[in-house]
Amino acid sequence: MIPAGFEYHRPGDIASAIGILQEHGDEARVIAGGHSLIPMMKLRMAEMGHLVDLQAIEELKGIEIGPDTVTLGAMVTQHELITHDGLSAAIPLMREAALQIADPQVRYVGTVGGNVANGDPGNDMPGLMQCLNATFELSGPDGNRSVAARDFYEAAYFTAREDEEILTRISIRVPGSGVGQAYEKQKRKIGDYATAAAAVMVGNGTASVAMTNLADTPIWSGEASNALAGGDVDGCVSAMLDAIEPVEDNRGPVEFKKHVASVMLRRAITRAQSRAG
Amino acid sequence: MSKMHVKLTVNGKEVEGLAEPRTLLIHFLREDLKITGPHIGCETSHCGACTVDIDGKSVKSCTTFVAQVNGADITTVEGLVNDDGSLGVLQEMFREHHGLQCGFCTPGMITRAHRLLQENPNPTEEEIRFGMAGNLCRCTGYQNIVKAISASADMLNAQAPSSSEAVGQTEVEAAE
Repeated sequence: MIPAGFEYHRPGDIASAIGILQEHGDEARVIAGGHSLIPMMKLRMAEMGHLVDLQAIEELKGIEIGPDTVTLGAMVTQHELITHDGLSAAIPLMREAALQIADPQVRYVGTVGGNVANGDPGNDMPGLMQCLNATFELSGPDGNRSVAARDFYEAAYFTAREDEEILTRISIRVPGSGVGQAYEKQKRKIGDYATAAAAVMVGNGTASVAMTNLADTPIWSGEASNALAGGDVDGCVSAMLDAIEPVEDNRGPVEFKKHVASVMLRRAITRAQSRAG
Repeated sequence: MSKMHVKLTVNGKEVEGLAEPRTLLIHFLREDLKITGPHIGCETSHCGACTVDIDGKSVKSCTTFVAQVNGADITTVEGLVNDDGSLGVLQEMFREHHGLQCGFCTPGMITRAHRLLQENPNPTEEEIRFGMAGNLCRCTGYQNIVKAISASADMLNAQAPSSSEAVGQTEVEAAE
């Protein structure tokens, strides 16, 4: 369980980090909390000559709560998401989901930026960000750009982020006060990835529905969201079950996963509705 | 790969050494510093036996490069004894309530429980179980571990007022 050797970098600002990525090309990778990357390095499934640690970059930290928008630095940890009172008041969905990620030790170091940027279909935050219609800010050699969470995921571990770009911040519009939110996750044990998980917002005549670990990307469904906005729960569930593409693995066969997906989605809808208005 | 100079504070003492950046913190603690309280259990960030406290956070040291914690303040189970070297409250309560059998998971359990009680001095049983979810025990089951942590919370809370008095007295004595 000893990873291959690498040179370690701890740049102090985003420009320096991008400079190191440019200099070393695909020999370099950034590390945030490292709890996805380090296990892969220990298994020698990930090897790189240069590891660029983002921990000293102040621009990547902090939670800002504005009247209409919340922005999260990429290096904000799950623990910070859970313990930030202003965030819990503005978007309670974030805390509810973060509490269901991994275990306490992992949440102290696991970051929201790493969770969304890694492109792992098992991660909870990507589906959540699609439900919230979040925007990811990227910085690279050619400057900054924004990509909607709903456009970011291409396939497992493939995203719209270029190799020399760093995901720096996440912006989320604060849902209206009448909007109920809920996150439901079925897992085999504490610390596990979801067998199926559902993020739901509903209220004020609008709805948004996304699911996790039921395809090689998170699944946000406009059809399911529209059905729920119109009060049609069965239509919402049916549209979502058509949109997901689960595969059989050690969490169960396809039929079981669709069943769990349906149960999680219905529970999330019921709870979000009870919190709406 | 060339080695890097590493400087840490471990259990209140400044330590220095040379390590390859890929060295995992658990290996640096155990093999270079000979601090063998933190254990290597699963070595895959599941079991929590390697848990140490880094700058006020419970972290699995098998999933941390020593390079990442260069400059950090680290506490292991060895650092949770009383000043006179006797067992600290959590250590004593784990003993009294049979919170360990083979003892392998205990250093991680106690180090994690230490941080949990720092953040939540009056946890409910459910909060203890949720807060300890990153630590696995394969022999006693969890009942006595939960009891030990709960008893520690009671004892620390009962001590709190008198211990601050005691600190005050020590300071007066030292001043005299």
